[in-house]
Amino acid sequence: MENDNKATGAFEPKLVAFVCNWCTYVGADLAGTSRLKYASNVRVIRLPCTGRIDFMLILKAFAQGMDGVIVSGCHPGDCHYTVGNYHARRRWILFRSLLDFAGIDVRRVHFAWVSAAEGAKWADLVNKVSGEVRELGPYKEYQGLAGKGIA
Amino acid sequence: MEELKNKVRELLKAGTVQAVIGYRAGSDEKTARVAFVRQPDEADGLILDPRCTDNLAVYLLKPEVKLLGKLAIVARPTTARTILQLASENQLADGQVIVLGVSADGKAVVELASFEALEKFVGQVPAGLTEEEKVLLAKIEGMSREERWAFWQSEFARCIKCYACRAACPMCYCSRCIVESNQPQWIPVSPHDEGNLEWHLVRAMHLAGRCLNCGFCAKACPMGIPLNLLTQRLAEEAKAAFGAVAGGSATGEYALSMFKADDKEGFIR
Ligand code: SF4
Ligand code: SF4
Repeated sequence: MENDNKATGAFEPKLVAFVCNWCTYVGADLAGTSRLKYASNVRVIRLPCTGRIDFMLILKAFAQGMDGVIVSGCHPGDCHYTVGNYHARRRWILFRSLLDFAGIDVRRVHFAWVSAAEGAKWADLVNKVSGEVRELGPYKEYQGLAGKGIA
Repeated sequence: MEELKNKVRELLKAGTVQAVIGYRAGSDEKTARVAFVRQPDEADGLILDPRCTDNLAVYLLKPEVKLLGKLAIVARPTTARTILQLASENQLADGQVIVLGVSADGKAVVELASFEALEKFVGQVPAGLTEEEKVLLAKIEGMSREERWAFWQSEFARCIKCYACRAACPMCYCSRCIVESNQPQWIPVSPHDEGNLEWHLVRAMHLAGRCLNCGFCAKACPMGIPLNLLTQRLAEEAKAAFGAVAGGSATGEYALSMFKADDKEGFIR
């Protein structure tokens, strides 16, 4: 994966999206079948439920060179497993505050509810996050950690 | 003090308990260490003074300590709250340990044989951060994001991954910790910047809403890393966001194993 735009040489953010199988993944699929055009910066990883999205996955994404992360699932009340997203929401509240306290740039971590019918919201979300992270530039701070080796 | 020693002698003589976990003098006059008192006459060596700050509850779940038989434990308010938190996580049963509760001023000792009595005891002592702790947290929160990153990176860079903080924490009782998992290997074994950051964040998250703010982790750290600030920050957040405070009751619910349909946040798109 290249971080730079081949044609212009400009920085292109790498994003990973952890999405739930039942709502956001289907919503992203709908964006595709509706032929909505949106930023191609995102790699989508499908998990059963937002409740399954371990916060370690977010850290690992940054360690692997991502510049931004999207986490998305069913709207409250719509979880396929009834309550997985409610549990996830509590975890996100605490985890996000911990990231911020540790000095990690929370403008690079985005949480969203995107339903199976919201193809347009998905396209819009990816466009917006791509734009915001493009402005921020590559996440050099975090990516530099792995290269530093044993202290 | 005599009151405590007499109580311990009594409990051991009557065979009500087989061992009492308390404090004895350490290797110099500034330190105290844990004592496992098994004979009535050993009670003479017990001490109770400002040196005695360790959270003794950490010993209650150790398999080798459980083998000693029925236990009594000398508990300052924080240790008492730890015992209630352990109970709420189904790690201790009512009546399993006799708690010798020490009042906040360190003078009076009360025997607390049930969780109900323990709940009343901790209810008299305000939970939460001290004013000094709040000031320190506010100082870090007041830094710019870049300063916070630099602050924590310089702290974490000293971590040698000895896991003394984990061994000292009464709430870190999993027999298999994520740091020992190698399929997949979530946390790199060697102490380098990426793995150190991951270790500190995962440790804090696994203690989110469960930490009793005893400070034992930071005290145990040979590198002087103030890692208890991370769990303090999360305790503050859990309180602000969910009204959750650890260690108040034996039947309290863990903030992250429950939810409310109207939990508030300001960042989900
Ligand atoms: S994380 Fe530290 S302060 Fe919190 S309970 Fe564990 S040892 Fe005590
Ligand atoms: S006790 Fe200190 S040096 Fe050891 S693992 Fe914990 S934070 Fe790192």
